[in-house]
Amino acid sequence: MNRKRIYSVLVENRSGVLCKVAGLFSRRCFNIDSLAVGETDDPDVSCMTIVSNGDDRTIEQIEKQLNKKLDVIKVKTFDESKSICRELMLVKIKYNKNNRREIMEVCEIMQAKIVDMSKHFMMIQICDTPERIKLLLNMFQSISIVEVARTGTLALMKCMENDD
Amino acid sequence: MIGADAIIKCLEAEGVDVVFGYPGVAICPFYNSILESDIRTILIRTEQNAAHAASGLARVTGKPGVCAVTSGPGATNVITGIATAFADSIPLICITGQVNSELLGSDVFQEADITGAVESFVKYSYLVKNVNDIPRVFKEAFHIANTGRKGPVLIDIPIDIQNAVISKFKYPEEINMRTYKPTVKGHAVQIKKVIRELEKAERPIICVGGGVILSHAEEEIRAFAEKYQVPVVSTMMGIGVMPSEHPLYFGMVGNSGRPCANRAMNESDLLIMVGARVADRAVSQPDLITQNKVLVHIDVDPAEIGKNAGPTIPLVGDAKCIFQDIAKEEIDGSHDAWVETLKEYRIAMERKRKPDPAYVDPAAFIDLLSRKMQDDAIYVADVGQNQIWSCTYHIVKQGKFLTSGGMGTMGYSIPAAMGAKVAAPNRQVIAVCGDGSFQMSMMELATMRQHNIPVKIIVMKNNYLGMVREYQHYSYKDNYSVVDLSGSPDLEMIAAAYGMKFQRVFDMSNASLAIDEFLAKDESVLMECIIDPMDLTK
Repeated sequence: MNRKRIYSVLVENRSGVLCKVAGLFSRRCFNIDSLAVGETDDPDVSCMTIVSNGDDRTIEQIEKQLNKKLDVIKVKTFDESKSICRELMLVKIKYNKNNRREIMEVCEIMQAKIVDMSKHFMMIQICDTPERIKLLLNMFQSISIVEVARTGTLALMKCMENDD
Repeated sequence: MIGADAIIKCLEAEGVDVVFGYPGVAICPFYNSILESDIRTILIRTEQNAAHAASGLARVTGKPGVCAVTSGPGATNVITGIATAFADSIPLICITGQVNSELLGSDVFQEADITGAVESFVKYSYLVKNVNDIPRVFKEAFHIANTGRKGPVLIDIPIDIQNAVISKFKYPEEINMRTYKPTVKGHAVQIKKVIRELEKAERPIICVGGGVILSHAEEEIRAFAEKYQVPVVSTMMGIGVMPSEHPLYFGMVGNSGRPCANRAMNESDLLIMVGARVADRAVSQPDLITQNKVLVHIDVDPAEIGKNAGPTIPLVGDAKCIFQDIAKEEIDGSHDAWVETLKEYRIAMERKRKPDPAYVDPAAFIDLLSRKMQDDAIYVADVGQNQIWSCTYHIVKQGKFLTSGGMGTMGYSIPAAMGAKVAAPNRQVIAVCGDGSFQMSMMELATMRQHNIPVKIIVMKNNYLGMVREYQHYSYKDNYSVVDLSGSPDLEMIAAAYGMKFQRVFDMSNASLAIDEFLAKDESVLMECIIDPMDLTK
């Protein structure tokens, strides 16, 4: 049975590493639901957050194959329930005077922010769990969405007393 | 000192004494600098074979083989050789020239993104962009290639980096890689579990793979098997771990393996896989090997354990090191009855062939040949029916059996045999191929002649791509498609063209004398055996 799994992968911050990791997933037919990459506190190290899914054997193989890559420093893997997950989304919508109030109310309820606007368009920013991002997107579905950009999930394991 | 000189210094520091390759402009600084060195250069006739030759050498010396080719087509041609080595975990260092680093990415003449192209076939690759990185890169590359699960490493070096002045050359003594620390020693708790299972087992069996040879654990495993009377079977890559006629050895497993070996593995209650991947040709139904038995999987690569079959006891580490640790323990239990049963299977399940006396019988011929070969001879089998016959009927004494197991690359035998002969000039080296695979590498007869590499070659000629024909026989009711090799050259004339001795054997009546004559010669000989075109491996 397939289940969701998050991999937090510390890699050497070198050119070509993203390609190697992404290539590993495609070559071995592993799924990538989302992938987010950024530098860590150490500029030589990047952190890739990969959300994937698969059966138990696949989930184990993904971790082992990631560990085999010589540019991978460390792989942490955990279930969603053990982690704090966040995603950032920017969405540009077309509004009119009839729905402007409604949009602002939705934003307020969802703790989203209007970060830019013109006469007919506004841009909304939300940083929340992937589920709530999806919810907001659904709310805007009836209004005309112009563009959407999402970061993909970022995740860290929840704070524990024996954290290293 | 320029970058190219530094590369040569690195190779010398690693004890490299031969480089197989093919020059082009982008690797010319390297080939100019190597003139000042004692390192032998061998001009191969196509780049793929440079990697195969380096592979043959590596499998005899236990050290990485080195090949050096130019950018663009030189580099892309070598990929099949690299992939072949990767599939069998053979340590290689492949140096490729590259266009000027300032032109990278602009699609200039003979530019190919080789590090990108080989990513899924190398253990690691480097694109050197700073001449001062050369010593560290080579130190790391040799270390990566020949430790842990061994494999090919590619180093791509732009021509301007080869020509750049290196400020200070110092070959590093130590390696500092935070991302690469392969596990060598087996976990003590896991080893204890294996010993407990061994004490409980009534029908234990060891299945050895190529990893045993790569970790030089043959002695340890033989000693273990003998001490506790544990029977041994092997994958194709594990042939040679046990002498073929060892009373505890029951042959190769798999769909082309010996029936008694498969039966032994299926009926065992404890299966110890060592350095084997549990790939489809050896184990066609991985689920079966975990049914009704305890599966211990020993491998230096943790990703191989549980990939195709879930083990009961995973044991990560180097096979030699683990069997040295196991040898320190005393284990109760004897399996004489089980061994006796398997010996009965071996006799009862022997395949009965009905060869046509009008042709050379490959089974009888290979048996005869290997009995007459020197004890430490190196036998290199190609790919096709010849490979399966070789696996089944070649008798390994203390020699080596080399072949392309994982990738099944046709044309492997001649260049790999050349590499083996260069590594061990005093040993008999014999390449056995089919008429299809011979024609994939016959250009290397020139290399053998030019560089005086007296490999002996046997071509099993049946005028077909026999293995595919056999498949079409079973799966397509003899509807043969594109397997007829008509138009092949007269091998006697080919041999004459390359100044080689030639022998042709038509049937078994004079095979014995022909083999004596073949083996007695010091120089290269090409022997053609006429095989029944309709002969089958099973």
